Amino acid sequence: MCREVDIYMEFELNTYDVIVVGAGHAGCEAALASARMGCKTLVLAINLDSIAMMACNPSIGGTSKGHLVREIDALGGQMGITTDKTAIQVRMLNTSKGPAVYSLRAQIDKKSYQAVMKQTLEQQDNLDVKQAEVVRLLVGEGAVCGVATHTGAIYRAKAVILTTGVYLNGRVIIGEVSYSSGPNGMFPATHLSQDLLLLGIRLQRFKTGTPARVAGRSIDFSKMALQLGDEPPIPFSFMDDKLDVKQVPCHLTYTNERTHEIIRRNLHRSPLFSGDIKGVGPRYCPSIEDKVVRFADKPSHQIFIEPEGLNTDEMYVQGMSSSLPEDVQIEMLRSIAGLEHVEVMRPAYAIEYDCIDPTQLKLSLEVKHIRGLFTAGQINGSSGYEEAAAQGIMAGINAARMVQGKPPVILDRSQAYIGVLIDDLVTKGTAEPYRMMTSRAEYRLLLRQDNADMRLTPIGYDIGLVSAERYERYLLKKDQVESELERLKSTIIAPDTEVNELLGKLSSQPIKTGVTLYDLLKRPEISYAALAPIDKDRPSGLLQQAIEQVEINVKYEGYIARQMLQIERFKKMEDHKLPDDIDYNAIKGLRIEARQKLDRIRPQSVGQASRISGVSPADISVLLIYLKQHGL
Amino acid sequence: MSETTIAAISTPIGEGGIGIVRLSGPKAIDIADSIFINIKGRKIKDAPNWSILYGHIKDPDAGRDIDEVLVSVMRGPHSYTGEDVVEISGHGGMLPLRRVLEAAIREGAVLAQPGEFTKRAFLNGRIDLAQAESVMDIISAKTDVALTSSIMQLEGKLSRSIEKIRVVLLDVLTHIEALIDYPEEDVDELSTRDMRQKLADEYDSIEKLLATADTGRIIREGLKTAIIGRPNVGKSSLLNALLKADRAIVTDIPGTTRDIIEDYVNVNGIALNIIDTAGIREAADEIERIGIERTRDTVYRADLVIFVLDGSQPLHQDDRVIASLISSKKAIVVLNKSDLGRIVTEAEVNTVLPDAPVIEMSLKEGYGLDDLEGTITDMVYHGKAIASDEAMITNVRHKEALMSAAEALQRCLFSIDDGMPMDLVSIDLKDAIEALGLISGKTVEDEVVDRIFERFCVGK
Repeated sequence: MCREVDIYMEFELNTYDVIVVGAGHAGCEAALASARMGCKTLVLAINLDSIAMMACNPSIGGTSKGHLVREIDALGGQMGITTDKTAIQVRMLNTSKGPAVYSLRAQIDKKSYQAVMKQTLEQQDNLDVKQAEVVRLLVGEGAVCGVATHTGAIYRAKAVILTTGVYLNGRVIIGEVSYSSGPNGMFPATHLSQDLLLLGIRLQRFKTGTPARVAGRSIDFSKMALQLGDEPPIPFSFMDDKLDVKQVPCHLTYTNERTHEIIRRNLHRSPLFSGDIKGVGPRYCPSIEDKVVRFADKPSHQIFIEPEGLNTDEMYVQGMSSSLPEDVQIEMLRSIAGLEHVEVMRPAYAIEYDCIDPTQLKLSLEVKHIRGLFTAGQINGSSGYEEAAAQGIMAGINAARMVQGKPPVILDRSQAYIGVLIDDLVTKGTAEPYRMMTSRAEYRLLLRQDNADMRLTPIGYDIGLVSAERYERYLLKKDQVESELERLKSTIIAPDTEVNELLGKLSSQPIKTGVTLYDLLKRPEISYAALAPIDKDRPSGLLQQAIEQVEINVKYEGYIARQMLQIERFKKMEDHKLPDDIDYNAIKGLRIEARQKLDRIRPQSVGQASRISGVSPADISVLLIYLKQHGL
Repeated sequence: MSETTIAAISTPIGEGGIGIVRLSGPKAIDIADSIFINIKGRKIKDAPNWSILYGHIKDPDAGRDIDEVLVSVMRGPHSYTGEDVVEISGHGGMLPLRRVLEAAIREGAVLAQPGEFTKRAFLNGRIDLAQAESVMDIISAKTDVALTSSIMQLEGKLSRSIEKIRVVLLDVLTHIEALIDYPEEDVDELSTRDMRQKLADEYDSIEKLLATADTGRIIREGLKTAIIGRPNVGKSSLLNALLKADRAIVTDIPGTTRDIIEDYVNVNGIALNIIDTAGIREAADEIERIGIERTRDTVYRADLVIFVLDGSQPLHQDDRVIASLISSKKAIVVLNKSDLGRIVTEAEVNTVLPDAPVIEMSLKEGYGLDDLEGTITDMVYHGKAIASDEAMITNVRHKEALMSAAEALQRCLFSIDDGMPMDLVSIDLKDAIEALGLISGKTVEDEVVDRIFERFCVGK
């Protein structure tokens, strides 16, 4: 039976397959995935004006985050499409550092993004969108069966996905001032944390922050460096061939010794240094005071001024995240070139919130001890819109799969950044808000943003999330890549004058015997486009995306092959599954720490077990021995 | 059933009567066949189970024999591990055993982890868990005792040297990763030239360490020394002089007389293992005839060559032949019979052997011997070989790890020279760091992320 406590009059409303609590970036993807896979879905938000709110920077993508967006898109998610519709500047970063780390990033019109995403939810079949604060989960016999709202409404469901962001017991801190609040002036969720504790879920307290928003007309942009978007801008979604945007610039300025002096003089008023902030903040998102203290010999730090949208004068001051009091913030901002007369519209703030220890989750993002309860996004200890959306789509998929009686979809570390993200969180846990980084992906040469569709669209199609149109596009690209690779391998170029003249022009060695186009393209100095004059039978109408695949596959073949070998070794360990009911305390040879960790985390494979901190290679040997002995 | 074939020396370290290299796994028989030669051309794969074959182990690279051996074959599941097992029994010296092991590894075997044969035996149901655990205990206990041994101290120095290299490589990787993950922040540039220089320097350091693999062996097993020269130049007298009581190594086994072992000489703590002492003695009886083939063979096996000339006679044509044989070896030239007047000069010797130190000696008058000893000591400890207080590779596992790190670094350098972008360089760099980490037991990813935030002021 469901646990129900009558505090006030409760009343039953609808019954759903899946309920999503929260409509941020995780909630939107979760709700859309579930509804698109045929589940009757409800998404609840404390305030419907906060749907898909970008509470921090006005951009989507960047290193590894751009990869996540492409992966979400390839699976049939929404973030890439909405980004393409609302981008106001697009850049491809890292183009000199190798194909695997090319990273797409877009500046976004925040309000448009929210409006487009909200409308997408509203127009989605099978999906209801309602405003309510969830105060309690209905749980019976180890399974979730619904939610109760602050107005007394009860919605029953077979699965519930919590995507509560920073709302759980949110507390905003600005210098010496602090108050209970959600992000950006929203109400916090003040009841649900207590309920989660009662359900035996361990919570931790994290902290994040956002810089000030300032008035554009109070900035002297002439003192700053201009930063423009790429032409032509490249779309995020594999469904879009080109972007039609009028791009706006960002601007770059720097802090200086005077800024740092103001910060040092006021450090005693910072809640981070006085100890008033208890939550753990992320290292990769340091406040300006943190940077000044830790890197004391750095004379200046970069500050980017980014527009919040086209229909607003508000500007985001990237690099100036701070929890110092408002008067200090103003003083330090005004010490910066171009900001001498700046007017702050919204001060920077730090926010503390409750999240869960993600090692309580299965790789499907289901809470281990409560069937049907899934969590995604910041509640799992991550940070970032893209990280949230990536977990959201997986939680949506797996909640729907559970309702439909199908096994979960789990992407592993060799398939997707999404797999790395979820495996890191669930297996290792996190002591700070977790940000995706390309350095975390050991097989990143194969996990490129350009081939996310090749990796994931068939999976999305199999589970009913990818539309027929998207699948057709994928098939066409795949077919073009394969036949073009075949053609390059079988086309032999004879060593005539025309060929060697072209090679000479490209500063490439002349050929003396016949050579395949494939081998010529392998040469670092020769591009696919450059071979056009001697490639007489080149098919017309090849997609640019297909050409890109061909070029990367040929040029980096050796590296790709080596990485494939590494993946083969990795897969062997991943494919060795561990039963759910294994009694680690009965395995004599395991060290105590390993027993406890394995028992708590209950890894799903030997590979996952080997990544748990505190489990040594010797423990893994003992475990393998035990499994063998018991015929597992 | 495991897919790899493992190999290890299965007899205790030390100079035993015989020693065994054991192979276990699906390719045990193939690998053994590829390094084993039976005079009648019999193959291990055709031999009946539990039978023994006699033959030689050859060095697949050099094509020469390493040791005279007996090979026994036990096919799985009726073997200790339950897999195909081949045991190669050779002479007990660590050096030939290790050469046999290295040959097996070159042919595709993987060096066994401590206790791995036992683990496999257990996994294949040959022994039960209690037995397996007790074997594991013994193995780990042995390691604890071994920690105090001098060899482990040498390895401690080695670990520190490797860790130094690893940290430099990790710094380069961290820098690359910071630049990749934070493209728009003011992370210092890393020029291709600087990166190449650093990686090339560490590659050299690894090569230097690998070169000490031989010095490490010398300290443990003796410097293989050839004394060569035309007949009647005084080779035998030199050997006798070196064998004077205070330098000779004697057997000290209860129940036997204290015999001088003719093959070993102690020079300032360095054991010289004199090759072909019989040849030196015999040659004294022969008149005007040098056995060129025999000399060539002796030189080939030697770490150090002592080339004895009669300094009172002009250089003979045969001397020039010998000189050409030893031109690529570490050699010392002794001008014996200097008391009879000096015809041959150091300058003249240096025209044929430019790098060899030249020592004037008169065994009859009793001078020059100290010079020779000093020169030998210098060559081992301070000369081209590495000084004794530096790190030395004394174990095959370390050598294996360093070799794969060196290979990975070489691929990095090729990638840089090919103009590959830094992400592709990072793939092999990670491999190199991981290989070195096998010795220090550390993993890459988490460490890199931590270091990025320690070293660079990044993040928005």
